[in-house]
Amino acid sequence: MTDSPRRSDLQGVPSAGPQLTRRGFLRKSAAGAAGTAALVAAVSPLRQLDTDDLPSIERFFQKHYKEMTPEDKAAVLERVAREVEARHDVDVKIDDPQPLQGVEYVYGLSISRCIGCRRCVHACVKENNQSRSPEIQYIRVLKMPKGTIDVEKAEHHYDPPTVPDHASFYMPVQCHQCKNPPCVKVCPVEATWQEPDGITVIDYDWCIGCRYCEAACPYWARRFNFAEPNLPTEELNPNMAYLSNRPRRKGVMEKCTFCLHRVREGRMPACVEVCPTGSRKFGNVLDPNSEVGYILRHKRIFVLKQEVGTLPRFFYYFDERGGRFHDPVTQNPREGGT
Amino acid sequence: MTRYVTFLWQCVRLSFVGGWRYHLWMTVLTLLALLGLHAYCDQLVHGLITTGMSDQVSWGLYIANFTYLVGLAAAAAMLVIPVYIYRNMHLHDVVIFGELLAVAVIIMCLLFVTVDLGRPDRVLHLFRRFNFPISMLTWDVIALNGYLLLNLHICGYLLYCAYLRRPPSKAFYIPFVFIAIVWAVSIHTVTAFLYVGLGGRPFWNSAIIAPRFLASAFAAGPAFIILTLQIVRRYTNHQVSDEALLTLRRIVQVAMLINIFLLGCELFTEFYADSAHIASARYLYFGLHGYSSLVPWIWTAVGMNLLALAILILPASRGLGVLNLACVLSIIGIWVEKGMGLIVPAFVPTPLGEIVEYAPTLHEIFICIGIWAFGLLLYTIFVRISVPVLAGDISYAALYGESTTPGNSADFKESIHVS
Repeated sequence: MTDSPRRSDLQGVPSAGPQLTRRGFLRKSAAGAAGTAALVAAVSPLRQLDTDDLPSIERFFQKHYKEMTPEDKAAVLERVAREVEARHDVDVKIDDPQPLQGVEYVYGLSISRCIGCRRCVHACVKENNQSRSPEIQYIRVLKMPKGTIDVEKAEHHYDPPTVPDHASFYMPVQCHQCKNPPCVKVCPVEATWQEPDGITVIDYDWCIGCRYCEAACPYWARRFNFAEPNLPTEELNPNMAYLSNRPRRKGVMEKCTFCLHRVREGRMPACVEVCPTGSRKFGNVLDPNSEVGYILRHKRIFVLKQEVGTLPRFFYYFDERGGRFHDPVTQNPREGGT
Repeated sequence: MTRYVTFLWQCVRLSFVGGWRYHLWMTVLTLLALLGLHAYCDQLVHGLITTGMSDQVSWGLYIANFTYLVGLAAAAAMLVIPVYIYRNMHLHDVVIFGELLAVAVIIMCLLFVTVDLGRPDRVLHLFRRFNFPISMLTWDVIALNGYLLLNLHICGYLLYCAYLRRPPSKAFYIPFVFIAIVWAVSIHTVTAFLYVGLGGRPFWNSAIIAPRFLASAFAAGPAFIILTLQIVRRYTNHQVSDEALLTLRRIVQVAMLINIFLLGCELFTEFYADSAHIASARYLYFGLHGYSSLVPWIWTAVGMNLLALAILILPASRGLGVLNLACVLSIIGIWVEKGMGLIVPAFVPTPLGEIVEYAPTLHEIFICIGIWAFGLLLYTIFVRISVPVLAGDISYAALYGESTTPGNSADFKESIHVS
């Protein structure tokens, strides 16, 4: 059996030296040429690679945000601004506002008042320079049937001519800025971390795009740039910060940062500002006079998925008075009024 | 040093030498690998949008293949353990094929992780800020690369010694063999912990995942090795005894039995308790709210595994043809179960209760085929090189006419026996 011709196919024939015949040479050259051509054809899509995707030396060796000296940071901010300006042809301001001393941000959302209009969603997209196509939204508003807070009963893509629907209530979900964030724990390169004011941020220049944080988040609060973000110049928000709303590139994670470029300058997040019903409350929980502190002390509140132990800084509360569900309702809401 | 260079040169040369079947096989694999490379270049340009993944289902076919292949690599331990711990010498001559398989497969694993990254250009960041020991992904990086190095060392050293016809020094490889055994278990455990540690994903948040991984790996891996050994002994003159194959059969048999038992345990816990957390399991096995794209897959997988088990338990599988059938069933059944059945359903429904189904795109499938072809290419080359080197047909003395150390290939074969 050992000497069947099939077996001898694979026997190594020790060759003493080069014994290249003319025919052998031609055959080997042809094989080599065909192989090279196939390889070139295989990598040919790389010709379309955006020059911005090819990291320049300075971008390739850029340090992690936390390791940058003030000079490094100034240089990086300047370079990022230059890149955005080159792409969009507008003047932009990119800052790096630092967390304020003695501040821990907390977000409250009134379940009784939210009417599900989704203005917060669109204000957020605009404020934070998210990709428009495919659109990336940080806030997801769930339409829930009354009588349950089980998210599996929620409707995500409701689209009636008017809101609210009185048979339902609305539960907007966004990043909960957890005190014990699973997303930060799992990141292999520390591209995401929690700031002293409680905001979890991402260094978009450090993220390797493994999407482990997205898998770890129990609130589905992280979004990945599967495609190159598409942001029309006329819709660009030119007030930017390094860790929040500067334009992102494809292949990195992004998320809600409580609009840190606004709140660290004493303003409210865009979603709070735009909410027509005042359902959204935001503030420093360490300040005894803050509205969020008052709500936490006096209202009935709940946090979503308490059982996963992430300790959210985002909570839901109920309004005994002034909620839309206490307004006179002409029809019996369970029998199909809008 | 010169001797080592000639060894490397012989490795390169041998991988291009062979009959027309060998060349045809290698050409087909190369073309498939290039097809995958082409699809990957396209993905690099346009982003992961070319895949079927989404924010809802953020890991798909790549990670599924990765998970399966980690198990295949771990299975090399299942050849080493009988030989080095239980002194079962039937497998002795084929251990190296298991370890070479581990090398090829770990390289495939690393490629699958790389193609899954959105920014592969930033992998260097792992060397500059490594979230160890907090992130399980960093554990996995260490486990996989460590295992790769261990197996490269063991195989490379043994082959090089065979090339020099020098008895290998035990101190230089036996300790690594034992480390590699423990390490093999660890690569699969760490990979399981990658998923198990996520509290927000109830489908994965179960202690049984790691043992199930190991059980299914120790069935699929040796099954794969049985098939490759059949090919090796058919097309080369390397001696593979029937006893070796039957020892492996017993391993597959027991591992498959444990795998099915653990599956039963898992199904019981999920469905008898019937808590709110079984949405993913229900989606996988029965469909949820009218969405059921995984249902045919998982039942096919369960059916194949059960059938494989039945065949393996019957004495008929002592016949090698029937055994091959059982192996093919186990390999495919476990691939579907570990791939589509473990990774994808954890994302359906999302943590916010939305149901978005996942289906891989053609791009994604091409990339996967490309990586599989590349892995098979590597493995073919490894086997191609190691058969004549181990047989003593290719050696430094024979090629360059110098005697390096006293001894001959018979001595070499003797010397790597542990006694």
